Amino acid sequence: MKDIVVPQSKAAPPGTGLSIKGISKSFGGLRAVDNCSFDVKRGSITGLIGPNGAGKTTLFSIITGFLSPDCGRITLDDVDVTRLAPHDLFHRGLVRTFQIPHEFSKLSVLENLMVVPANQPGENPITAWLRPGLVREREEQVFQEARNTLAFLGLEKVCDLPAGNLSGGQRKLVELGRAMMSGAGTVLLDEPGAGVNPTLLAQLSQMIMRLNSERGTTFCIIEHNMDMITSLCDTVVVMSSGSVLTQGHMSQIKKDDRVLAAYLGSSAVRALQ
Amino acid sequence: MEIFVGYGNYTIALATMIGIYSIMALGLNIQWGLTGLFNLGIAGFFAVGAYASAILTTSETPKHIGGFDLPVVLAWPLAMIAAAFIAWAVARICIRLRADYLAIATIGIGEILRLIFKNEQWATGGTRGISNISRPFEQLPGIWAPLAFLGVVLILAMVAYWLAERGRTSPWGRVVQAIRDNEPAARAAGKNVETFRIQGFVIGSAFMGLAGALTAHYFKFVGPEATDPLQVTFLVWVMLIVGGNGSNRGAMLGAAVIWTMWSASELFSSRLSGDWAHRAPFVRLFLVGLILQIMLQYFPDGLMPRQRQITARLPRKPTIDQPQSSHILPPF
Repeated sequence: MKDIVVPQSKAAPPGTGLSIKGISKSFGGLRAVDNCSFDVKRGSITGLIGPNGAGKTTLFSIITGFLSPDCGRITLDDVDVTRLAPHDLFHRGLVRTFQIPHEFSKLSVLENLMVVPANQPGENPITAWLRPGLVREREEQVFQEARNTLAFLGLEKVCDLPAGNLSGGQRKLVELGRAMMSGAGTVLLDEPGAGVNPTLLAQLSQMIMRLNSERGTTFCIIEHNMDMITSLCDTVVVMSSGSVLTQGHMSQIKKDDRVLAAYLGSSAVRALQ
Repeated sequence: MEIFVGYGNYTIALATMIGIYSIMALGLNIQWGLTGLFNLGIAGFFAVGAYASAILTTSETPKHIGGFDLPVVLAWPLAMIAAAFIAWAVARICIRLRADYLAIATIGIGEILRLIFKNEQWATGGTRGISNISRPFEQLPGIWAPLAFLGVVLILAMVAYWLAERGRTSPWGRVVQAIRDNEPAARAAGKNVETFRIQGFVIGSAFMGLAGALTAHYFKFVGPEATDPLQVTFLVWVMLIVGGNGSNRGAMLGAAVIWTMWSASELFSSRLSGDWAHRAPFVRLFLVGLILQIMLQYFPDGLMPRQRQITARLPRKPTIDQPQSSHILPPF
C-alpha cells in the first residue's frame, strides 16, 4: 500500500455536510423509513448500521435521488437537495455505490471508470463527431485519472477485462473506483465489505481511510462488519425498523442494550442477561 | 452481351438496396446495439423520411401537398430532420419505458404513422402514394444512371458508418453503452439517462429517415405498402441480429447478407410453378425466420460480434507517474 498514490482532486470543501431531517418513505403499508434524522458531518466517516430490513439502503436511495421521500428534508452544506435527480446530486458532489455491484458488465474495467467524470465534451454526439481534438484532449485526462485510480485500487492487471468477468470482490472495488472518479465530496458506500475476503477488506478500509484523510472525502457507510465500522467510523448511526435508534461513538453504541435488542430480538437479550 | 447487362443491372440494384438497408441497420444498431432501445417502429421512421423527401422534391400536383420542388441535397437532410423530429416527440413520451414496453409502444407508433400516410389523402396521395419522384442522375445514359445513384448511396452509407463508428467509440458511445448495461449505475455516475436515450433514439431514427428518402427516390415512388412493417422492420432487425448486434460493421455485413438472400430467394421463388408460386412470399418469410432462429440459437453474437474496446485509440504506454516511495499526492 505504501507506494500507491491516492489520486487527489481537492481538499474537503468547507461546509456542514449532509443533513437528513425527518425523512419517511412507505411502500404500500410498509413504512420502510420512518422519520429519520441524522447528520453526516463534512470530513467524517459515519457508519450506518442496523439489522436487515432496517431501511438503510432505502434511505441511501432517497438521499441520492433514486427514490422520492414521502416527507422530510435533505440538505447538503445547508442547501436543500431533497428530491433532486441522481445526476443533479452527482454534480453537487454527492454519489452512492450499490450493495450489489452495479458494474457496466460489457464495458472494460477501465471504461467503467472513464464513464464517470463530468464535463466530458465528447458526451455530446455533435461534439464527438465534429471536434475530435477537443474530445481527445479531455479523453486523455480522463484516461490518466482512471489509470491512477485503478493503480490505487490494485486493479491495473484487469483494466482491459469486461467488468462482468470480475470476481465479486473486484466488482466492489470497481464500485469504489467509480465513486472516486466522480470526485464527489460526499460518498455513500452501501456495504463495501460484503463478500470481500478479509485481506482485501483490510485494504479496502485503508483505502477509505486514506481517501478520507488525504482527499477529504466525507463517507457514510452501511456495513454489517462491525470491526470495519469500529475501525473506520467516527460516528455510528443505528437504524431499526425504519427509524434511527441511536447514534454516537461506537464505544457507546456497543454498550447500548437497545442496539443488541434490535439485532437479536428483545427476548434473546433478556435471555442473555 | 445482353445477359451481362442484365446481371450488371441486377448487381447494381442489389448493391443499392444493400447500401440503403445498411443505413437503416446502422440506425437500429445505434438504438438497440448501443443504447438498448427496442424499436419496432422502424418502418414508421423510414416512411416519414420517404414521404418527407417525396413531398419536398415533387412539383405542384393536385394529388397531394407539395410543389416545393426542392433539390435532393436539401430534401434529404430535411427528411432526416423530419424523422428525427417525430422520433424526438415519441421519445419524449416513451423513452422512460422499459425495453419490452418500448417495443410495444413503437409498434403502435409505426402503425399510427402508416395509417396516417395511408388515409390522409390530401397530404400523401392516400393508397395511390406519391409518384413522379425524381431520381438523381437519371438523365445519364444507360447503365451510368443507376451506377451514379449507387455511388451516391454508397457514399452516404460510408458517411453513416463513419458517424456511427465515431459515435460508438466516443465518450457518448461509452455512456449509452453504460446505460444499456446498467441504468441505475449510469444514473449514479451522474448521467442524465433520459437525455442520452433520447439522443440515441433520435440519431438512429434520422438514419432510418435518410434510408426512407433514398428508397423513395430510388423507386421514384412511395406508397403505404412500401412501408410495410413486415418487410422493413422485420428485415432490418434480422440484419442487425445476423450481422452482430452492437457492431457497426456487423450491421452492414448483416444488411448485405440478408438482402442478398432476400433478393435471391425472390429470383428462386419466381421460378416455382403452380401452387408453390402462390406460397412463395410466405416461403421467403419462413426462410428468413429460419435463419434468424438458427443465428439466435447458435450464433447469438452474430457474424461480427460486438467489438469490446469501445474507447477510441488511447495511449497504451505506461504513463502513470508513480513515485516509488512517496506519500505526496499528485493532483490530477
